[in-house]
Amino acid sequence: MTFSLKKFFSGSNGWVSIALLAVVILVVFPLAFDLFRLNLTGKYLTYAFVAIGLVTLWGYGGVLSLGQGVFFGLGGYAMAMFLKLEASDPESTKIQSTPGIPDFMDWNQITALPWFWEPFHSFTFTLLAILVVPALFAYFIGAAMFKRRVGGVYFAIITQAIALILTILIIGQQGYTGGANGMTDLKTLHGWDIRTDSAKYILYFLTGAILIGVIAGLRWMLATKFGRLLLAMRDREDRVRFSGYDVANFKIFMFCIAAIVSAIGGALFTLQVGFMSPSFVGIVPSIEMVIFTAVGGRMSLVGAVYGALLVNAGKTLFSESFPELWLLLMGGLFIAVVMFFPNGLAGLYEKHSAKLKMLLQSLLARRGQVAPAPVSATVTPLEPEKIVIPKARARSSKGKKRVLTSEGSR
Amino acid sequence: MDGSSMSEMGSILAMQGFAGISLFSVLLLMALGLAIIFGQMGVINMAHGEFMAIGAYTTYLCSHLVETYMPGFQSYYFFFAVAAAFGVAFGFGYLVELGLIRFLYKRPLDTLLATWGLSLILQQVLRSTFGAREVSPVMPEWLLGSMHVTETIEIPINGLMVMGLTVFVTLGVFLLLHRSRWGLRVRATVQNRAMSGAVGINTGRVDRVTFALGCGIAGIAGAAFTTIASTGPTSGSLYIVDTFLVVVFGGAGSLLGTVASAFSIGETQSILEFFLNGSMAKVITLLAIVGILMMRPEGLVVSKVRR
Repeated sequence: MTFSLKKFFSGSNGWVSIALLAVVILVVFPLAFDLFRLNLTGKYLTYAFVAIGLVTLWGYGGVLSLGQGVFFGLGGYAMAMFLKLEASDPESTKIQSTPGIPDFMDWNQITALPWFWEPFHSFTFTLLAILVVPALFAYFIGAAMFKRRVGGVYFAIITQAIALILTILIIGQQGYTGGANGMTDLKTLHGWDIRTDSAKYILYFLTGAILIGVIAGLRWMLATKFGRLLLAMRDREDRVRFSGYDVANFKIFMFCIAAIVSAIGGALFTLQVGFMSPSFVGIVPSIEMVIFTAVGGRMSLVGAVYGALLVNAGKTLFSESFPELWLLLMGGLFIAVVMFFPNGLAGLYEKHSAKLKMLLQSLLARRGQVAPAPVSATVTPLEPEKIVIPKARARSSKGKKRVLTSEGSR
Repeated sequence: MDGSSMSEMGSILAMQGFAGISLFSVLLLMALGLAIIFGQMGVINMAHGEFMAIGAYTTYLCSHLVETYMPGFQSYYFFFAVAAAFGVAFGFGYLVELGLIRFLYKRPLDTLLATWGLSLILQQVLRSTFGAREVSPVMPEWLLGSMHVTETIEIPINGLMVMGLTVFVTLGVFLLLHRSRWGLRVRATVQNRAMSGAVGINTGRVDRVTFALGCGIAGIAGAAFTTIASTGPTSGSLYIVDTFLVVVFGGAGSLLGTVASAFSIGETQSILEFFLNGSMAKVITLLAIVGILMMRPEGLVVSKVRR
């Protein structure tokens, strides 16, 4: 029997850790930080959405996407379009040559609202778009790639190219997207001013609550048979395929889920920060989001949140006081995590918590007060969390197919 | 009247075609090093752009030294600068393989992240050493002008220079890979590592030299770039995605494919630039590449190696 209460509750993916995270986000941070810091934390938490999406996609599914910024951006821009339309009512834009359209369109000599902006007058449509557009986009990309068994490095490069394409497109089509400056001056949501202090508090708690909800949902999903299958696919894709599963469909599904989660983060980002720009879409932010996951632990949903918080806190701290050191530190962090801690913070925590437990037990046993539990029993629950580095490809003798798994095509 | 407009059209076509070939040689020069590292070894080197920047800064340093100490040498220094750029990038690549890459061969996705980290570090080091401002070396006189082929067609000499260098390096890489003892070892190692080891090839050393050679060629590309554009600490990272796409589009492991894909991408982009603005041309080119790759994931030229 693989199911055990211990595994259910403990470990970096257990419900106890999730509850602890909820306490930290919803109680400790609001009490400890002033509004400015809390707002920053809220911003970091929106990045954490992307990071936990990557945990399921990369850590469990073994598919590394370097274009998650695309989905963050799609969600963020959808929300920003709604808010921008609300901020550009004819009354407040009457100095423009065409009142009632967003200011950047007016600056770019566009005289009527483009057709794809029209539906964003409706909030329901916007909410749907935040969830559906990224999912459809991810489905399209995923179906095209996974059905042809493109994976690994090729997938990473192509998603990166897509991030580049979207950035160039947004910056180039200034009249429709606001260009490099993005969409700024977002003011109200259904008349509710999102720039006030109380709104910032409410949005922070909203972000935290949704984040915890998403983590719980993903935690549940990964604990089911589906999660097991993902792991199996990551480690021995061929065997899963030969067992009769359609590997591509599982990967596409996972990619869509990660896209939706990232888009929710993007939409909440726009609400909290009050603008959206292409600098959160491109290659660099997309790869930074991977480092959040790597630092937190690619196998741990909760760890990824801490990773996002820590890396961003470090970035803010360092770029304020020693801007020239930050890139060095970030680069070093990248290399160190990959070389020495492939399981990130969560891996460290689990390694040491096991040691700590063993130490405690041996101390208690020496005193003769409590009979020592067999040490192995305490350690075993951690094993399923152990990362198995994806199969040896480039160098092993049988790994000649290298990165493109195309054995089916010839 | 009609004849003159025809000849004007002809010269526009010729110039545009030349721009395409120029872009092609730039892309090819950038991609060659990567074609060796990624195509042959399967290693993703995200710091490839920074190796180009290292080559470019080496050229800048050479030009600076020559300007200060032996101004008479100015006209000829460029060739030595290219050699120096190759040497510096080669040496640095060798060290990187030794200290970082060789531990990660079995984890290609992790190599990608680690080399990205390396590229961040290199960018910062370059910025701290040379400053954030873009620099460009003093070019020798003969590189600056342009050649008048006819009355209306002008061909810039620096473009010709880059082209010549590209042809030279491509031929060199081809000869090295397919006509030399070392190339034989590289190809043997790629095809069957265990067997190559068994017949006495030092596969670790082959990897190290292959990686370093790819980095060295990136250095040459960087040196060639200084004749076209100025160099900043982050200028390498601007090209990294294009470079990867050239290699993937061509089909990893095939030198011919890399040449073909660099040619088609360069020509497509420069022809589209004539009709549309720069950013849309780029978007459409990239979309076309991604679309074709989705339909044909193995790239243009499939290397006929049983895997």
